[in-house]
Amino acid sequence: MSTVTLPKDGAFHLTEEPHHPEGASTLLGFYIYLMSDCLIFSVLFATYAVLGGAYAAGPGPKELFDLDLIAVNTAMLLFSSITYGFAMLAMQRHNSKQVIGWLLVTAVFGACFLAIELYEFHHLIHEGAGPQRSAFLSAFFLLVGTHGLHVTFGMLWLFTLVFQVRKFGLTAAMQRRLSCLSLFWHFLDVIWIGVFSFVYLVRMV
Amino acid sequence: MTLTEFIFGRLTWAAIPIHEPILIGTFAAVAVMGVVLLGSMTYFRMWGPFWKNWVVSIDHKKIGIMYMVLGIVMLLRGFADALMMRLQQTMAFDGGEGYLNAHHYDQIFTAHGVIMIFFVAMPFVTGLMNFIMPLQIGARDVAFPFLNNFSFWMTVGGAVLTMLSLFIGEFAQTGWLAFPPLSGIGASPSTGVDYYIWGLQVAGVGTTLSGINLLVTIVKMRAPGMTMTKMPIFCWTALCTNILIVASFPILTAVLVLLTLDRYVGTNFFTADLGGNPMMYVNLIWIWGHPEVYILILPLFGVFSEVVSTFSGKRLFGYTSMIYATVVITILSYLVWLHHFFTMGSGASVNSFFGITTMIISIPTGAKIFNWLFTMYKGRIRFELPMYWVIAFMITFTVGGMTGVLLAVPPADFVLHNSLFLVAHFHNVIIGGVVFGVFAGINYWFPKAFGFKLNEFWGKVSFWGWVLGYWFTFTPLYVMGLMGVTRRMRAFDDPSLAPWMYCAMFGVTLVAIGIAAFLIQIGVSILQRDKLRDLTGDPWNGRTLEWATSSPPPSYNFAFTPVVYDIDTWHDMKQKKYERPAEGYKPIHMPRSTEAGVILAGLATICGFALIWYMWWLAALSFVALIAYAIFHTYNRDRDFYITAEEVAETEAARTKLLASQV
Repeated sequence: MSTVTLPKDGAFHLTEEPHHPEGASTLLGFYIYLMSDCLIFSVLFATYAVLGGAYAAGPGPKELFDLDLIAVNTAMLLFSSITYGFAMLAMQRHNSKQVIGWLLVTAVFGACFLAIELYEFHHLIHEGAGPQRSAFLSAFFLLVGTHGLHVTFGMLWLFTLVFQVRKFGLTAAMQRRLSCLSLFWHFLDVIWIGVFSFVYLVRMV
Repeated sequence: MTLTEFIFGRLTWAAIPIHEPILIGTFAAVAVMGVVLLGSMTYFRMWGPFWKNWVVSIDHKKIGIMYMVLGIVMLLRGFADALMMRLQQTMAFDGGEGYLNAHHYDQIFTAHGVIMIFFVAMPFVTGLMNFIMPLQIGARDVAFPFLNNFSFWMTVGGAVLTMLSLFIGEFAQTGWLAFPPLSGIGASPSTGVDYYIWGLQVAGVGTTLSGINLLVTIVKMRAPGMTMTKMPIFCWTALCTNILIVASFPILTAVLVLLTLDRYVGTNFFTADLGGNPMMYVNLIWIWGHPEVYILILPLFGVFSEVVSTFSGKRLFGYTSMIYATVVITILSYLVWLHHFFTMGSGASVNSFFGITTMIISIPTGAKIFNWLFTMYKGRIRFELPMYWVIAFMITFTVGGMTGVLLAVPPADFVLHNSLFLVAHFHNVIIGGVVFGVFAGINYWFPKAFGFKLNEFWGKVSFWGWVLGYWFTFTPLYVMGLMGVTRRMRAFDDPSLAPWMYCAMFGVTLVAIGIAAFLIQIGVSILQRDKLRDLTGDPWNGRTLEWATSSPPPSYNFAFTPVVYDIDTWHDMKQKKYERPAEGYKPIHMPRSTEAGVILAGLATICGFALIWYMWWLAALSFVALIAYAIFHTYNRDRDFYITAEEVAETEAARTKLLASQV
């Protein structure tokens, strides 16, 4: 809009069709979508804040959480964000081979994150601390699980893009999609920082 | 588990309500109408055009019209529920049981609320925004046309699930917000609440995406020169509404997920034991629910502004204050949710805070009423149909606003909570505001959408039916509410209430006449379309850009991108004797239709149905298919095309000829 200069003679229409680059609104739209997703997480955080102390005579965070494991897990996700950043840098250089390479490295870190999370969940359920045990555990599993589900979808999306970059190359549309996934991936990182501090760290003290 | 149980989950023949004569009668009627409709579509060979021109269309105007049709169809269903409730309450006195058992009656009041809000009011509002807003900002379509089509079909999918509960299984018996623990698996083990959950989830995805879509459209696609403070007020209200949608529907999604997990997985979010907290549900759902009522009313405030200004022949009084009022309402709508349950017992300070914020909302709203009045002051007012609705709105809505302020006083609310006074209050603002506004909008923009005006006589019958009907129905409810009668009652002990109920029954009959007259109005107008035809594209001497193009507008809306210098652009153009260009057309870049939206929404609806009935294999299959098809769709690169300059020239030349024949 701002790129269009108004006609000087006060005419009520443009004689040339203004150039709208394809997909010019996509990033804004995706950003707004992320903010709506952020609200879903905020509801889950609020739920955890309200129910986080409702152990119902069951186990609490101190008995359940293994901070060392979570620290490794957090590192995995943070590394995956860095490697995704490298993929985006490679995209700037129009090097599709490197983009695919870094995406795959990102996927490996993402898979490690998910595997550790699944291990943790499995361990908790095995110990009788499943989501049905108490409101605290319901809220915990939901918040952490929703984040994990997002990462799973991010992985699916990532592999789709790997195939598409191979097929189509780094076209404008593909660059846009990679940028959207980049926003999504970093967004999940930010959410995880919240989860890590608010769910794991705070309750351990 | 037997094989049948594996395949059909908990769906058995017992789910078909053959023991309910009312439902069998309804089913027979629906089936006959359906066969007639589908048969005549086949006979007249309309399937191809219907699919090509409507189902897969990503033209914002057609999607807008489809939203309106969905709203009208669902209005008939929701109103049938209202009639049945009124009739039951007229009959069940002093030991009388009426004609509806509790099981059926409780489903009816739940379905009435759910349908009227989610599948009548929401489609109407979204439909109006979809059709009008891009025209008003001089755009060719919305920012994400495919997403728009998908959003619409998701809304339809939610409506289909809700309607299915009529004939397969049952609907929730919990009231329209399904509070736990009543909506928990213990108290509501059947499919009712699950129909509620999945119907709303499927439709909710559509609503959220459409909110994002329209928001980006307004931010990014305004015509050159149209700064934010030169945007028509309807677009401003649409902007605020879509902000509210994006910032509140995710909360509904999340809270319904929590309820779902309680019901399906056995978690303890809202259970009464193991640490769960039912009041958290009430808080969360109202954090969505209160913004929701402003989502419904704000666009109609925009409609009233456009109508008042056009039919008073004046610029809207207090344009800037109107924007401020709208924005203030948008923000305040997030700070009042607790007034829906002062009786929770959160203490005097919390209740005072929410009571006061609630009362403050009446200030910007009052400012708007004065703006409309001052717009009319010294205007050359033309009493056409849309203006009738505006007048009725201002009187009716003001009363509803005042009873709202009364309810905002916590001590008064302790007396009136969950009484018929409350029921009368929210019908007062929703019928008096949203419904009247929708009819004002339909009567105002119908000629833009179809090229001919609506019949005036039947429009007036519809108007008086609705307005008088509203007052006859809900005044008695106010009175009974003050006397302490509570809502959602199936039978009453006190026979002295009967006259009030008869009066309400009379009122609802008038509303029935109003609705029938509206349908007749549309039918008669179609028959008399040659007489009611408008060739100018500007039948009301309008002021905003949508009236600058032909009626109905061409698929590309404007042959040349308009340039805006003034709030009332079209009025400005007419003042300065703007001449339509007759040559120099350029090819126009447009998005291509796609069937992806309806296929994805269909899969989502099947998935919802499977989850309701515990058909896990079908749920998994349809979900995987949904994801796979979505990925497949991203491979589709044939998404746009050019309307050639010759085609534009042809369309515009035809219009020039029509306009010339008018002089």
